[in-house]
Amino acid sequence: MTEMRVTRRYRFAASHRLDSFALSAEENRKLYGKCNNPYGHGHDYSLEISVEGPVQADGMVVDREALDRLVEQRILRLLDHKNLNRDVPEFEGVVPTTENLASVIERRLREHWNLTPRLARIRIAETERNTFEMEAPVA
Amino acid sequence: MLLTRKVEFSAALVCANPAWDEAENRRVYGGNANPNGHGHNFMLEVTVEGQPDPVTGMVFDLRELKEILNQEVVEPMDHRFLNREVPPFDCVIPTTENVAREIWRRIDARVGRGAVRLRNVRLYETADLYVDYGGEISK
Repeated sequence: MTEMRVTRRYRFAASHRLDSFALSAEENRKLYGKCNNPYGHGHDYSLEISVEGPVQADGMVVDREALDRLVEQRILRLLDHKNLNRDVPEFEGVVPTTENLASVIERRLREHWNLTPRLARIRIAETERNTFEMEAPVA
Repeated sequence: MLLTRKVEFSAALVCANPAWDEAENRRVYGGNANPNGHGHNFMLEVTVEGQPDPVTGMVFDLRELKEILNQEVVEPMDHRFLNREVPPFDCVIPTTENVAREIWRRIDARVGRGAVRLRNVRLYETADLYVDYGGEISK
């Protein structure tokens, strides 16, 4: 049986500010540095979604269009050209670090998953130097 | 230790199942079903696993790995029309999944020796889509 992992990359642009309500202004400045700037700042995020499963009779693991639709409807529409702190309900009371962003994306994908292959991995690059990766738990 | 080598090749292909009509092929493969073919710059990353040889300090002779990739992949596939010129794609649909599996089949036996084995074939169809294949699994 031929199992393969297929990875597709998407992009979105969003702004955020890292500021924890559990810390004082001074502590937040110290912990998050430039990312604590009260006006916020932005990134062009690159998001990789990996799915895993058997190669089907059509020679493919996943229908690319169906994957694109799911990611577009459930993830990109929510995040692209948004202020994560103000426009995205998932970040109410949650600091929008890229770690937390990866968890939000994984959870939303899992909630709305309608594809045959399983969700295997999420990888987000915030900048070229910072990448965050999580394996999706096997259901 | 893992050692990864990259090579690039450019090829034309058509993804269409001869048992289906053109509309069905368009529905499943989209623009990739265009009967006249289309092309990609494929980027291939081949990962070999093993321990560095105590004498040479190398997991695998890089020149030899390059030569194997040239003979098995680049020479037969680069600037070719896969369906018309590169068996088995006269009868296997050259989706990126199937091309990755064929590359594995071609190089696995030439790379594996002693404790050294082929670990992964990663094939990028574009910068935004790639597949990972680690060989057949028994199920």
